[in-house]
Amino acid sequence: MKQSTEREQFTPTDETPIVLTEEARRFTQEVIRRSGERVDWCYQCGKCTAGCPVAFAMDIEPSRVMRLVQLGQEERVLKSRAIWLCVGCQTCTTRCPQEIDPAKIMDTLREMALEKGLVADREVATFFRSFLDNIRRHGRLFEPALVLQYNLRSGHLFQDADKGPLMLLKGKLPLIPSRNGAIVQRICEALEGRKK
Amino acid sequence: MTAYAYFPGCSAHGTAKEYDQSTRSVCAKLGIELQEIPDWVCCGASPAHAVNPLLSLALVAKNLDLSPSEQIVTGCAACFNRFKTAMDTLQHDRPLWEQVKQIVQPSKLNGREFRIAHLLEVLCDDFGIDNLKGQVTKPLKGLKVACYYGCLLVRPPKVMAFDDPDNPTKMDELMKAIGAEPVNWEFKTECCGAFHAVPHPEIVLRLTDRILQAAKDAGADVISVACPMCQINLDLRQIDLKKRGKTFDVPVLYFTQLLGLALGINENELGLDRLIVDPKPILKAKELV
Repeated sequence: MKQSTEREQFTPTDETPIVLTEEARRFTQEVIRRSGERVDWCYQCGKCTAGCPVAFAMDIEPSRVMRLVQLGQEERVLKSRAIWLCVGCQTCTTRCPQEIDPAKIMDTLREMALEKGLVADREVATFFRSFLDNIRRHGRLFEPALVLQYNLRSGHLFQDADKGPLMLLKGKLPLIPSRNGAIVQRICEALEGRKK
Repeated sequence: MTAYAYFPGCSAHGTAKEYDQSTRSVCAKLGIELQEIPDWVCCGASPAHAVNPLLSLALVAKNLDLSPSEQIVTGCAACFNRFKTAMDTLQHDRPLWEQVKQIVQPSKLNGREFRIAHLLEVLCDDFGIDNLKGQVTKPLKGLKVACYYGCLLVRPPKVMAFDDPDNPTKMDELMKAIGAEPVNWEFKTECCGAFHAVPHPEIVLRLTDRILQAAKDAGADVISVACPMCQINLDLRQIDLKKRGKTFDVPVLYFTQLLGLALGINENELGLDRLIVDPKPILKAKELV
């Protein structure tokens, strides 16, 4: 994991100047339109970053992500790991003095990154994909298959392997999945039909 | 009392079986009728809203459509948050609501007004703290409890309208009512790292370490939780922390398990055996089991 020492440094010497081109403005407007959140209201107080439980692991802190969106820096934002590390705890949303919902903006940015095939954190993206495939197949999350599929797809084959037998012993691992997959499958198909 | 539609949430069949078990036992004992929503499906949790917000709205709408009652209760803080957020969004965005209806094709939604409540609200507000007090047969005397609420019960407060987002007290009040002693501590609503348990366990270890330490420093015998995600992170990760030389041995119980004990429900019906850190030693020392 990237630690704070490797954080992106915003010094005048190693940055190309940010120019507010038409394209840059379009990106800002697109984020505002899709999220319904006025990211342009952010005045950089830094409260979101101060309260963020995962800011320590982010390459770009939440308040800086907001600033980069204001400046239309599409590529830097959509290629950041920060948008994948946001855990959705809503602390920033609760505390923002401008009543912006940064967590929702993070949702929008992830969606936009995925549409462009940009995944800066393979682990989180793999987890989300495995989770959504799982409920599409079973209707309800079937936890053992999720962990197995995640480990296979991510290459972290033996992650938490020591916990499996214990969980089984404690009766915390269900053995039979739910049969409501068709319900979620229908919803997913209707969603995909809409996009075409 | 009217019957509630019960949304157990996916973990109720797996990692949080004891939450479901103790919820049903407690409600049965108190005469609160729970009707499980037939054919309920996953609410989408974090992954759906994180990458596909429309899917997360559709999944909640589908569950509402399936619900036999307009009064819905869930014990899972994450499901509670997804339901409440989706219902709030759909209520304020009619065009979006029309889109979601197109996708879900609901058959029983028209004209129905739903309320989603967390189990803590049903017990403390609907049933009432004073009534609960009257049902206690084995007060949890001398048990010091750190009430941990986590993120999703309380935030964002404008939508959740559950309790104070920084210092909630609903679970503390319940603990007092059943004779336990809630401790004063500052980590009630700090994040446990949630789903990062799978993609980035390191993040969860760092966050749970701080929470467990704070509970211990406050003199807590046990931690009480109201969310399956919080429970598994705080309980299971103590194994990894121990390997790194940080031994806490703090049992992490669902508040329903503690309530069940106070109501005199047999411990076998409360799933105490399923917890990773065994709560029996401390409960025995306090002569509570």
